[in-house]
Amino acid sequence: MKALLWQGVNELSVDEVPDPTMRNEQDAIIRVRKTATCGSDLHLLGGYIPFMERGDVLGHEFLGEVVEVGPQVRKHKVGDRVVVCSFVSCGRCWYCQQQQYSLCDNGNTNPAITENIWGFAPGGCYGYSHALGGFAGSHAEYIRVPYADQGAFTVPDEVSDERALFASDAAPTGWMGADLGGVKAGDVVAVWGAGGVGQMAARAAVLLGAERVIIIDRFANRLQMAEKYLGVETLNYQTQDVGGELLERSGGRGPDVCIEAVGMESHSTGPQYLYDQVKQQLRLESDRPIAAREAIYHCRKGGSVFLLGVFANLVDKFPLGALMNKGLTLRGAQQHGHRYIPMLLDRMARGELVTEHLATHTMPLDEAPQGYNMFKNKIDGCVRAVFEPAR
Amino acid sequence: MRALVKAGFIVVGGLALRRFLLPSGRQGPWQRAPLMRREPRWHVLTVNPARDELTPDSPLPEPLAGLGDAVDVQIRRAPADRGIELAVRLRDGAQSPVTAGARRLAGRDPNQAIRAALREAKQLLETGEVLHPDSPPTTQTTAVNKPLQMATRQGRREGRL
Repeated sequence: MKALLWQGVNELSVDEVPDPTMRNEQDAIIRVRKTATCGSDLHLLGGYIPFMERGDVLGHEFLGEVVEVGPQVRKHKVGDRVVVCSFVSCGRCWYCQQQQYSLCDNGNTNPAITENIWGFAPGGCYGYSHALGGFAGSHAEYIRVPYADQGAFTVPDEVSDERALFASDAAPTGWMGADLGGVKAGDVVAVWGAGGVGQMAARAAVLLGAERVIIIDRFANRLQMAEKYLGVETLNYQTQDVGGELLERSGGRGPDVCIEAVGMESHSTGPQYLYDQVKQQLRLESDRPIAAREAIYHCRKGGSVFLLGVFANLVDKFPLGALMNKGLTLRGAQQHGHRYIPMLLDRMARGELVTEHLATHTMPLDEAPQGYNMFKNKIDGCVRAVFEPAR
Repeated sequence: MRALVKAGFIVVGGLALRRFLLPSGRQGPWQRAPLMRREPRWHVLTVNPARDELTPDSPLPEPLAGLGDAVDVQIRRAPADRGIELAVRLRDGAQSPVTAGARRLAGRDPNQAIRAALREAKQLLETGEVLHPDSPPTTQTTAVNKPLQMATRQGRREGRL
Protein backbone atom coordinates (compact mmCIF):
# COMPACT_ATOMS: atom_id res chain seq x y z
CA MET A 1 0.00 0.00 0.00
CA LYS A 2 0.94 3.67 -0.25
CA ALA A 3 1.92 5.61 2.86
CA LEU A 4 3.52 8.89 3.89
CA LEU A 5 6.88 8.06 5.43
CA TRP A 6 9.19 9.99 7.74
CA GLN A 7 12.60 9.78 6.08
CA GLY A 8 14.55 12.07 8.38
CA VAL A 9 14.32 15.56 9.84
CA ASN A 10 12.06 17.61 7.53
CA GLU A 11 12.13 14.83 4.91
CA LEU A 12 8.94 13.05 3.84
CA SER A 13 8.08 10.73 0.97
CA VAL A 14 5.12 8.73 -0.30
CA ASP A 15 6.21 5.15 -0.90
CA GLU A 16 5.01 1.57 -0.99
CA VAL A 17 5.08 -0.33 2.33
CA PRO A 18 3.68 -3.72 3.39
CA ASP A 19 -0.04 -3.80 4.19
CA PRO A 20 -0.84 -3.95 7.91
CA THR A 21 -1.73 -7.36 9.33
CA MET A 22 -3.90 -8.51 12.22
CA ARG A 23 -1.61 -9.05 15.20
CA ASN A 24 -4.15 -9.51 17.99
CA GLU A 25 -7.65 -10.92 18.24
CA GLN A 26 -9.03 -7.51 19.25
CA ASP A 27 -7.58 -5.77 16.15
CA ALA A 28 -9.39 -4.31 13.18
CA ILE A 29 -7.98 -3.17 9.85
CA ILE A 30 -9.39 0.12 8.59
CA ARG A 31 -9.33 1.48 5.04
CA VAL A 32 -8.49 5.15 5.63
CA ARG A 33 -10.88 7.61 3.97
CA LYS A 34 -9.56 10.83 5.47
CA THR A 35 -6.48 11.56 7.55
CA ALA A 36 -5.49 14.97 8.89
CA THR A 37 -2.23 16.70 9.69
CA CYS A 38 -1.90 17.83 13.30
CA GLY A 39 0.38 20.47 14.77
CA SER A 40 1.97 17.82 16.97
CA ASP A 41 3.15 15.98 13.82
CA LEU A 42 5.41 18.94 13.16
CA HIS A 43 7.42 18.11 16.28
CA LEU A 44 8.15 14.69 14.77
CA LEU A 45 8.87 16.15 11.37
CA GLY A 46 11.29 18.68 12.84
CA GLY A 47 13.16 16.06 14.88
CA TYR A 48 12.15 17.46 18.25
CA ILE A 49 10.95 14.04 19.40
CA PRO A 50 13.99 11.85 18.74
CA PHE A 51 12.31 8.47 18.63
CA MET A 52 11.48 8.21 14.93
CA GLU A 53 12.97 5.72 12.51
CA ARG A 54 13.36 6.13 8.78
CA GLY A 55 10.24 4.64 7.22
CA ASP A 56 7.81 5.37 10.06
CA VAL A 57 4.28 6.15 8.83
CA LEU A 58 2.97 9.47 10.17
CA GLY A 59 -0.62 10.45 11.06
CA HIS A 60 -2.93 9.94 14.04
CA GLU A 61 -6.19 11.72 13.19
CA PHE A 62 -8.34 9.65 10.85
CA LEU A 63 -11.63 8.18 9.76
CA GLY A 64 -12.30 5.16 7.59
CA GLU A 65 -14.11 1.95 6.89
CA VAL A 66 -13.65 -1.38 8.64
CA VAL A 67 -12.34 -4.03 6.23
CA GLU A 68 -11.31 -6.79 8.65
CA VAL A 69 -12.02 -7.59 12.30
CA GLY A 70 -10.43 -10.02 14.73
CA PRO A 71 -12.45 -12.77 16.42
CA GLN A 72 -12.66 -10.82 19.69
CA VAL A 73 -14.08 -7.64 18.11
CA ARG A 74 -17.74 -7.38 19.13
CA LYS A 75 -18.88 -3.83 18.36
CA HIS A 76 -17.74 -3.49 14.75
CA LYS A 77 -18.19 -5.36 11.51
CA VAL A 78 -16.80 -5.07 8.01
CA GLY A 79 -18.21 -1.99 6.29
CA ASP A 80 -18.71 0.14 9.42
CA ARG A 81 -17.74 3.79 9.01
CA VAL A 82 -15.64 4.62 12.06
CA VAL A 83 -13.62 7.43 13.52
CA VAL A 84 -10.69 6.24 15.62
CA CYS A 85 -9.27 7.89 18.72
CA SER A 86 -5.63 8.75 18.18
CA PHE A 87 -4.62 7.01 21.42
CA VAL A 88 -4.35 3.24 21.76
CA SER A 89 -6.02 2.28 25.04
CA CYS A 90 -7.19 -1.09 26.36
CA GLY A 91 -10.30 0.19 28.14
CA ARG A 92 -9.81 -2.21 31.06
CA CYS A 93 -6.78 -1.19 33.11
CA TRP A 94 -7.29 1.00 36.17
CA TYR A 95 -6.47 4.21 34.27
CA CYS A 96 -8.92 3.44 31.47
CA GLN A 97 -11.58 2.65 34.06
CA GLN A 98 -10.95 6.08 35.59
CA GLN A 99 -11.55 7.48 32.04
CA GLN A 100 -7.92 8.56 31.80
CA TYR A 101 -7.53 6.66 28.58
CA SER A 102 -4.30 8.22 27.33
CA LEU A 103 -2.63 6.92 30.48
CA CYS A 104 -3.49 3.32 29.59
CA ASP A 105 -1.12 0.78 31.11
CA ASN A 106 -1.38 -1.63 28.18
CA GLY A 107 -1.49 0.43 24.97
CA ASN A 108 2.23 1.09 24.56
CA THR A 109 4.41 -1.78 23.35
CA ASN A 110 7.61 0.12 24.26
CA PRO A 111 7.03 1.27 27.83
CA ALA A 112 10.72 1.35 28.74
CA ILE A 113 11.48 4.54 26.79
CA THR A 114 8.88 6.76 28.42
CA GLU A 115 9.26 5.15 31.83
CA ASN A 116 12.88 6.24 31.81
CA ILE A 117 12.16 9.75 30.50
CA TRP A 118 8.92 10.59 32.31
CA GLY A 119 8.78 8.14 35.20
CA PHE A 120 5.82 6.16 33.87
CA ALA A 121 4.60 5.24 30.38
CA PRO A 122 1.39 6.64 28.88
CA GLY A 123 -0.62 4.64 26.32
CA GLY A 124 0.27 4.29 22.67
CA CYS A 125 -0.51 6.67 19.82
CA TYR A 126 -0.71 5.99 16.09
CA GLY A 127 2.17 7.38 14.05
CA TYR A 128 3.71 9.12 17.03
CA SER A 129 7.20 7.65 17.35
CA HIS A 130 8.55 4.55 19.02
CA ALA A 131 8.27 6.23 22.40
CA LEU A 132 4.49 5.88 22.09
CA GLY A 133 4.41 2.31 20.82
CA GLY A 134 5.78 2.59 17.30
CA PHE A 135 2.34 1.98 15.76
CA ALA A 136 2.11 2.82 12.06
CA GLY A 137 0.20 6.03 11.41
CA SER A 138 -2.88 6.85 9.40
CA HIS A 139 -1.36 8.63 6.42
CA ALA A 140 -1.72 5.39 4.51
CA GLU A 141 -4.32 3.39 2.63
CA TYR A 142 -4.85 1.00 5.54
CA ILE A 143 -4.12 0.99 9.26
CA ARG A 144 -4.23 -1.61 12.03
CA VAL A 145 -6.37 -0.58 15.02
CA PRO A 146 -5.64 -2.54 18.23
CA TYR A 147 -8.41 -2.79 20.87
CA ALA A 148 -10.87 -1.85 18.10
CA ASP A 149 -13.94 -2.13 20.34
CA GLN A 150 -12.43 0.51 22.61
CA GLY A 151 -10.88 2.96 20.14
CA ALA A 152 -13.09 2.90 17.03
CA PHE A 153 -16.46 4.67 17.10
CA THR A 154 -19.22 4.21 14.54
CA VAL A 155 -20.08 7.54 12.90
CA PRO A 156 -23.80 8.40 12.85
CA ASP A 157 -25.25 8.63 9.32
CA GLU A 158 -26.07 12.31 9.72
CA VAL A 159 -22.44 13.29 10.37
CA SER A 160 -20.30 13.75 7.26
CA ASP A 161 -16.76 12.40 6.91
CA GLU A 162 -15.50 15.97 6.81
CA ARG A 163 -17.01 16.76 10.21
CA ALA A 164 -16.44 13.42 11.94
CA LEU A 165 -12.74 13.32 11.02
CA PHE A 166 -11.89 15.79 13.77
CA ALA A 167 -13.67 13.69 16.39
CA SER A 168 -10.53 11.55 16.22
CA ASP A 169 -8.21 14.03 17.92
CA ALA A 170 -8.71 17.81 17.64
CA ALA A 171 -12.25 17.90 19.04
CA PRO A 172 -11.76 15.53 22.01
CA THR A 173 -8.40 17.11 22.84
CA GLY A 174 -9.93 20.57 22.87
CA TRP A 175 -12.95 19.40 24.83
CA MET A 176 -10.73 17.77 27.42
CA GLY A 177 -8.83 21.04 27.95
CA ALA A 178 -12.02 22.91 28.74
CA ASP A 179 -13.54 20.07 30.77
CA LEU A 180 -10.53 19.16 32.91
CA GLY A 181 -9.50 22.82 33.05
CA GLY A 182 -12.75 23.24 34.97
CA VAL A 183 -14.62 25.67 32.71
CA LYS A 184 -18.01 26.52 34.17
CA ALA A 185 -20.85 28.96 33.58
CA GLY A 186 -19.75 32.58 33.87
CA ASP A 187 -16.04 31.94 33.41
CA VAL A 188 -13.69 34.00 31.28
CA VAL A 189 -11.54 31.60 29.29
CA ALA A 190 -8.39 32.41 27.32
CA VAL A 191 -7.01 29.97 24.76
CA TRP A 192 -3.47 30.30 23.38
CA GLY A 193 -3.30 28.98 19.80
CA ALA A 194 -6.02 29.11 17.13
CA GLY A 195 -5.08 25.91 15.33
CA GLY A 196 -7.44 22.96 15.22
CA VAL A 197 -7.07 21.99 18.88
CA GLY A 198 -7.22 25.58 20.16
CA GLN A 199 -10.37 26.27 18.14
CA MET A 200 -12.01 23.12 19.48
CA ALA A 201 -11.04 24.05 23.05
CA ALA A 202 -12.56 27.50 22.56
CA ARG A 203 -15.79 26.02 21.18
CA ALA A 204 -15.94 23.56 24.07
CA ALA A 205 -15.60 26.44 26.53
CA VAL A 206 -18.55 28.18 24.85
CA LEU A 207 -20.67 25.02 25.01
CA LEU A 208 -19.74 24.50 28.67
CA GLY A 209 -21.19 27.91 29.48
CA ALA A 210 -18.23 30.29 29.61
CA GLU A 211 -19.24 33.94 29.63
CA ARG A 212 -16.38 35.11 27.43
CA VAL A 213 -13.91 33.07 25.42
CA ILE A 214 -10.85 34.78 23.97
CA ILE A 215 -8.54 33.00 21.54
CA ILE A 216 -4.99 34.28 20.97
CA ASP A 217 -2.84 33.80 17.87
CA ARG A 218 -0.80 35.75 15.33
CA PHE A 219 -2.48 34.59 12.11
CA ALA A 220 -5.36 36.83 11.04
CA ASN A 221 -7.04 34.09 8.97
CA ARG A 222 -7.20 31.75 11.96
CA LEU A 223 -8.60 34.46 14.19
CA GLN A 224 -11.23 35.37 11.60
CA MET A 225 -12.13 31.69 11.36
CA ALA A 226 -12.58 31.50 15.14
CA GLU A 227 -14.85 34.54 15.17
CA LYS A 228 -16.92 33.22 12.27
CA TYR A 229 -17.34 29.55 13.20
CA LEU A 230 -16.94 29.46 16.98
CA GLY A 231 -18.49 32.70 18.14
CA VAL A 232 -15.53 33.70 20.29
CA GLU A 233 -13.45 36.84 20.77
CA THR A 234 -9.92 37.10 19.42
CA LEU A 235 -6.56 38.67 20.21
CA ASN A 236 -3.63 39.04 17.83
CA TYR A 237 -0.51 39.03 19.99
CA GLN A 238 1.55 40.71 17.29
CA THR A 239 -0.66 43.77 17.14
CA GLN A 240 -2.41 43.86 20.53
CA ASP A 241 -1.33 44.00 24.16
CA VAL A 242 -2.40 40.56 25.37
CA GLY A 243 -2.04 41.30 29.10
CA GLY A 244 -3.88 44.62 28.92
CA GLU A 245 -6.69 43.19 26.80
CA LEU A 246 -7.17 40.17 29.05
CA LEU A 247 -7.39 42.41 32.12
CA GLU A 248 -9.84 44.71 30.39
CA ARG A 249 -12.04 41.86 29.19
CA SER A 250 -12.11 40.08 32.57
CA GLY A 251 -12.94 42.97 34.87
CA GLY A 252 -9.31 43.22 35.98
CA ARG A 253 -9.38 39.70 37.44
CA GLY A 254 -7.66 37.79 34.66
CA PRO A 255 -9.08 34.72 32.91
CA ASP A 256 -10.48 32.01 35.18
CA VAL A 257 -9.23 29.24 32.91
CA CYS A 258 -6.22 29.49 30.58
CA ILE A 259 -5.79 26.78 27.97
CA GLU A 260 -2.47 26.39 26.21
CA ALA A 261 -2.88 24.78 22.76
CA VAL A 262 0.49 25.55 21.23
CA GLY A 263 3.12 23.17 22.60
CA MET A 264 6.86 22.87 22.31
CA GLU A 265 7.44 25.10 19.26
CA SER A 266 5.83 28.29 20.52
CA HIS A 267 6.42 31.61 18.82
CA SER A 268 6.27 35.08 20.31
CA THR A 269 7.38 38.62 19.83
CA GLY A 270 10.29 39.93 21.83
CA PRO A 271 13.64 38.58 22.99
CA GLN A 272 12.32 35.50 24.77
CA TYR A 273 11.61 33.90 21.39
CA LEU A 274 15.25 34.26 20.37
CA TYR A 275 16.37 33.03 23.80
CA ASP A 276 14.24 29.88 23.59
CA GLN A 277 15.18 29.20 19.97
CA VAL A 278 18.89 29.29 20.81
CA LYS A 279 18.47 27.06 23.85
CA GLN A 280 16.30 24.59 21.93
CA GLN A 281 18.68 24.38 18.96
CA LEU A 282 21.60 23.79 21.32
CA ARG A 283 19.54 21.10 23.05
CA LEU A 284 19.83 22.97 26.33
CA GLU A 285 16.06 22.73 26.57
CA SER A 286 13.90 20.41 24.52
CA ASP A 287 10.79 22.61 24.34
CA ARG A 288 9.93 26.30 23.91
CA PRO A 289 7.21 26.91 26.52
CA ILE A 290 6.42 30.54 25.68
CA ALA A 291 2.63 30.21 25.57
CA ALA A 292 2.65 28.16 28.78
CA ARG A 293 4.61 30.89 30.57
CA GLU A 294 2.12 33.50 29.35
CA ALA A 295 -0.89 31.43 30.37
CA ILE A 296 0.50 31.08 33.91
CA TYR A 297 1.35 34.77 34.11
CA HIS A 298 -2.01 36.06 32.90
CA CYS A 299 -4.24 33.56 34.73
CA ARG A 300 -6.26 34.99 37.60
CA LYS A 301 -5.33 34.20 41.22
CA GLY A 302 -6.59 30.73 42.08
CA GLY A 303 -7.33 30.02 38.43
CA SER A 304 -6.65 26.99 36.29
CA VAL A 305 -4.12 26.42 33.50
CA PHE A 306 -4.41 23.43 31.21
CA LEU A 307 -1.63 22.36 28.84
CA LEU A 308 -2.99 20.78 25.66
CA GLY A 309 0.01 21.47 23.45
CA VAL A 310 2.48 18.60 23.21
CA PHE A 311 5.67 18.92 25.24
CA ALA A 312 8.51 16.41 25.07
CA ASN A 313 10.70 16.89 28.08
CA LEU A 314 12.53 19.84 29.66
CA VAL A 315 11.83 23.56 29.58
CA ASP A 316 13.65 26.58 30.91
CA LYS A 317 12.50 29.68 32.81
CA PHE A 318 9.32 28.07 34.00
CA PRO A 319 7.40 30.47 36.28
CA LEU A 320 6.96 28.29 39.34
CA GLY A 321 6.86 31.43 41.49
CA ALA A 322 3.73 32.71 39.76
CA LEU A 323 2.19 29.26 39.84
CA MET A 324 2.77 28.82 43.55
CA ASN A 325 2.10 32.32 44.81
CA LYS A 326 -1.10 32.77 42.80
CA GLY A 327 -2.42 29.41 43.93
CA LEU A 328 -2.93 28.12 40.40
CA THR A 329 -3.96 24.64 39.37
CA LEU A 330 -1.81 23.35 36.51
CA ARG A 331 -2.88 20.28 34.58
CA GLY A 332 -2.06 18.71 31.26
CA ALA A 333 -2.75 15.50 29.38
CA GLN A 334 -2.71 13.77 26.09
CA GLN A 335 -6.30 13.32 25.06
CA HIS A 336 -8.66 10.96 26.87
CA GLY A 337 -10.71 10.79 23.66
CA HIS A 338 -12.62 7.59 24.40
CA ARG A 339 -14.35 9.54 27.16
CA TYR A 340 -15.65 12.26 24.86
CA ILE A 341 -15.97 10.96 21.29
CA PRO A 342 -19.54 9.51 21.52
CA MET A 343 -20.79 12.78 23.07
CA LEU A 344 -18.93 14.83 20.45
CA LEU A 345 -20.40 12.82 17.58
CA ASP A 346 -23.87 13.51 19.04
CA ARG A 347 -23.10 17.22 19.20
CA MET A 348 -21.79 17.07 15.63
CA ALA A 349 -25.03 15.40 14.54
CA ARG A 350 -27.03 18.18 16.21
CA GLY A 351 -24.90 20.87 14.56
CA GLU A 352 -23.55 22.22 17.85
CA LEU A 353 -20.00 21.39 16.93
CA VAL A 354 -18.78 22.12 13.40
CA THR A 355 -15.29 21.25 12.31
CA GLU A 356 -15.25 21.16 8.50
CA HIS A 357 -13.73 24.61 8.25
CA LEU A 358 -10.50 23.30 9.80
CA ALA A 359 -9.80 21.26 6.67
CA THR A 360 -8.61 24.17 4.57
CA HIS A 361 -6.73 21.99 2.08
CA THR A 362 -7.85 18.51 1.00
CA MET A 363 -5.67 16.49 -1.39
CA PRO A 364 -4.68 12.97 -2.44
CA LEU A 365 -2.16 11.11 -0.28
CA ASP A 366 0.38 11.39 -3.13
CA GLU A 367 0.54 15.11 -2.43
CA ALA A 368 1.05 14.74 1.32
CA PRO A 369 4.64 16.06 1.38
CA GLN A 370 3.42 19.27 -0.25
CA GLY A 371 0.49 19.30 2.17
CA TYR A 372 2.87 19.15 5.13
CA ASN A 373 4.93 21.96 3.63
CA MET A 374 1.80 24.11 3.36
CA PHE A 375 0.72 23.17 6.88
CA LYS A 376 4.10 23.76 8.48
CA ASN A 377 4.71 27.09 6.77
CA LYS A 378 1.05 28.24 6.92
CA ILE A 379 1.04 28.70 3.15
CA ASP A 380 -2.25 29.85 1.63
CA GLY A 381 -3.84 30.08 5.07
CA CYS A 382 -3.49 26.34 5.71
CA VAL A 383 -4.99 25.36 9.06
CA ARG A 384 -5.16 21.61 8.47
CA ALA A 385 -4.21 19.61 5.37
CA VAL A 386 -6.38 16.51 4.92
CA PHE A 387 -5.33 13.55 2.77
CA GLU A 388 -7.63 11.12 0.96
CA PRO A 389 -5.71 7.91 0.19
CA ALA A 390 -8.37 6.57 -2.18
CA ARG A 391 -8.39 9.69 -4.35
CA MET B 1 29.97 25.21 18.13
CA ARG B 2 30.53 21.71 16.72
CA ALA B 3 32.94 20.93 19.59
CA LEU B 4 30.34 22.13 22.09
CA VAL B 5 27.68 19.89 20.60
CA LYS B 6 30.13 16.94 20.57
CA ALA B 7 30.98 17.55 24.22
CA GLY B 8 27.28 17.66 25.01
CA PHE B 9 26.71 14.31 23.30
CA ILE B 10 29.63 12.75 25.21
CA VAL B 11 28.28 13.98 28.56
CA VAL B 12 24.74 12.85 27.80
CA GLY B 13 25.97 9.50 26.45
CA GLY B 14 28.08 8.97 29.56
CA LEU B 15 25.18 9.74 31.85
CA ALA B 16 22.92 7.40 29.87
CA LEU B 17 25.51 4.59 30.06
CA ARG B 18 25.97 5.17 33.78
CA ARG B 19 22.24 4.99 34.30
CA PHE B 20 22.02 1.81 32.26
CA LEU B 21 24.86 0.11 34.10
CA LEU B 22 23.68 1.02 37.57
CA PRO B 23 20.71 -0.76 39.10
CA SER B 24 17.48 0.76 37.81
CA GLY B 25 14.58 1.54 40.02
CA ARG B 26 13.57 3.99 42.63
CA GLN B 27 16.04 6.78 42.11
CA GLY B 28 15.23 9.65 39.77
CA PRO B 29 17.80 10.61 37.13
CA TRP B 30 19.27 13.33 39.34
CA GLN B 31 19.67 11.20 42.46
CA ARG B 32 22.62 9.05 43.36
CA ALA B 33 21.89 5.36 42.90
CA PRO B 34 23.39 2.92 45.40
CA LEU B 35 26.32 1.04 43.90
CA MET B 36 25.32 -2.27 45.40
CA ARG B 37 22.05 -3.46 46.86
CA ARG B 38 22.12 -6.00 49.65
CA GLU B 39 19.43 -8.13 48.08
CA PRO B 40 17.52 -8.22 44.80
CA ARG B 41 14.78 -5.61 44.56
CA TRP B 42 11.10 -6.36 44.18
CA HIS B 43 9.54 -5.62 40.80
CA VAL B 44 5.95 -4.60 41.54
CA LEU B 45 2.93 -3.66 39.47
CA THR B 46 -0.79 -3.42 40.08
CA VAL B 47 -3.23 -5.45 38.04
CA ASN B 48 -6.90 -4.73 37.54
CA PRO B 49 -8.17 -8.21 36.65
CA ALA B 50 -11.34 -8.52 34.60
CA ARG B 51 -12.93 -10.90 37.10
CA ASP B 52 -11.74 -12.53 40.32
CA GLU B 53 -9.05 -14.22 38.26
CA LEU B 54 -6.32 -13.31 40.66
CA THR B 55 -6.47 -13.44 44.43
CA PRO B 56 -3.69 -13.77 47.00
CA ASP B 57 -4.42 -17.53 46.97
CA SER B 58 -4.52 -18.00 43.19
CA PRO B 59 -1.99 -20.03 41.25
CA LEU B 60 0.43 -17.76 39.40
CA PRO B 61 -0.61 -16.49 35.98
CA GLU B 62 1.25 -18.22 33.14
CA PRO B 63 4.09 -15.84 32.27
CA LEU B 64 5.06 -15.67 35.94
CA ALA B 65 4.64 -19.39 36.55
CA GLY B 66 7.20 -19.87 33.78
CA LEU B 67 9.85 -18.22 35.93
CA GLY B 68 9.70 -21.24 38.21
CA ASP B 69 11.73 -21.44 41.41
CA ALA B 70 14.09 -18.69 40.38
CA VAL B 71 11.81 -16.03 41.86
CA ASP B 72 9.85 -15.13 44.96
CA VAL B 73 6.32 -13.91 44.26
CA GLN B 74 3.91 -12.00 46.47
CA ILE B 75 0.29 -11.28 45.62
CA ARG B 76 -1.73 -8.86 47.73
CA ARG B 77 -4.82 -6.68 47.40
CA ALA B 78 -4.11 -3.06 46.54
CA PRO B 79 -5.77 -0.39 48.68
CA ALA B 80 -8.93 1.44 47.62
CA ASP B 81 -10.08 -1.13 45.05
CA ARG B 82 -7.10 -0.54 42.83
CA GLY B 83 -6.76 -4.21 42.05
CA ILE B 84 -4.06 -6.69 42.96
CA GLU B 85 -0.38 -5.94 43.56
CA LEU B 86 1.99 -8.45 42.00
CA ALA B 87 5.55 -8.43 43.33
CA VAL B 88 8.38 -10.56 41.98
CA ARG B 89 12.08 -10.72 42.82
CA LEU B 90 15.00 -12.97 42.13
CA ARG B 91 15.53 -15.53 44.81
CA ASP B 92 19.32 -15.49 44.57
CA GLY B 93 21.55 -12.66 45.77
CA ALA B 94 22.53 -9.41 44.17
CA GLN B 95 25.03 -9.05 41.35
CA SER B 96 27.74 -6.44 41.07
CA PRO B 97 26.71 -3.46 38.92
CA VAL B 98 29.27 -4.40 36.27
CA THR B 99 28.04 -7.99 36.00
CA ALA B 100 24.42 -6.86 36.02
CA GLY B 101 25.12 -4.21 33.33
CA ALA B 102 26.94 -6.69 31.11
CA ARG B 103 24.10 -9.22 31.39
CA ARG B 104 21.55 -6.50 30.58
CA LEU B 105 23.47 -5.48 27.50
CA ALA B 106 23.54 -9.10 26.38
CA GLY B 107 19.80 -9.45 27.09
CA ARG B 108 20.52 -12.18 29.67
CA ASP B 109 19.67 -10.36 32.88
CA PRO B 110 16.97 -12.35 34.72
CA ASN B 111 15.44 -9.07 35.85
CA GLN B 112 14.56 -8.43 32.20
CA ALA B 113 12.62 -11.69 32.10
CA ILE B 114 10.81 -10.69 35.30
CA ARG B 115 9.76 -7.34 33.83
CA ALA B 116 8.51 -8.93 30.62
CA ALA B 117 6.63 -11.66 32.53
CA LEU B 118 4.99 -9.11 34.83
CA ARG B 119 3.88 -6.88 31.96
CA GLU B 120 2.55 -9.83 29.98
CA ALA B 121 0.72 -11.28 32.98
CA LYS B 122 -0.93 -7.91 33.56
CA GLN B 123 -2.07 -7.66 29.94
CA LEU B 124 -3.42 -11.20 29.92
CA LEU B 125 -5.34 -10.66 33.14
CA GLU B 126 -6.73 -7.29 32.11
CA THR B 127 -7.36 -7.66 28.38
CA GLY B 128 -7.06 -11.36 27.62
CA GLU B 129 -4.07 -11.05 25.27
CA VAL B 130 -0.63 -9.50 24.95
CA LEU B 131 -0.56 -6.51 22.61
CA HIS B 132 1.92 -7.04 19.77
CA PRO B 133 3.67 -4.31 17.82
CA ASP B 134 2.84 -3.80 14.14
CA SER B 135 4.35 -6.28 11.73
CA PRO B 136 5.79 -6.34 9.16
CA PRO B 137 7.56 -3.09 10.00
CA THR B 138 7.69 -0.23 7.52
CA THR B 139 11.01 1.07 8.81
CA GLN B 140 14.53 0.63 7.47
CA THR B 141 17.60 0.01 9.59
CA THR B 142 20.13 2.82 9.39
CA ALA B 143 23.14 3.74 11.48
CA VAL B 144 21.04 6.39 13.22
CA ASN B 145 18.08 4.05 13.81
CA LYS B 146 20.06 1.18 15.23
CA PRO B 147 20.29 2.26 18.89
CA LEU B 148 16.56 3.00 18.92
CA GLN B 149 15.77 -0.37 17.35
CA MET B 150 17.92 -2.07 20.00
CA ALA B 151 16.05 -0.16 22.70
CA THR B 152 12.60 -1.04 21.36
CA ARG B 153 13.54 -4.71 21.06
CA GLN B 154 13.89 -4.58 24.85
CA GLY B 155 10.71 -2.47 25.17
CA ARG B 156 8.96 -4.65 27.72
CA ARG B 157 12.10 -6.06 29.33
CA GLU B 158 13.49 -2.70 30.44
CA GLY B 159 12.16 0.44 32.12
CA ARG B 160 11.70 1.31 35.77
CA LEU B 161 9.49 -1.65 36.64
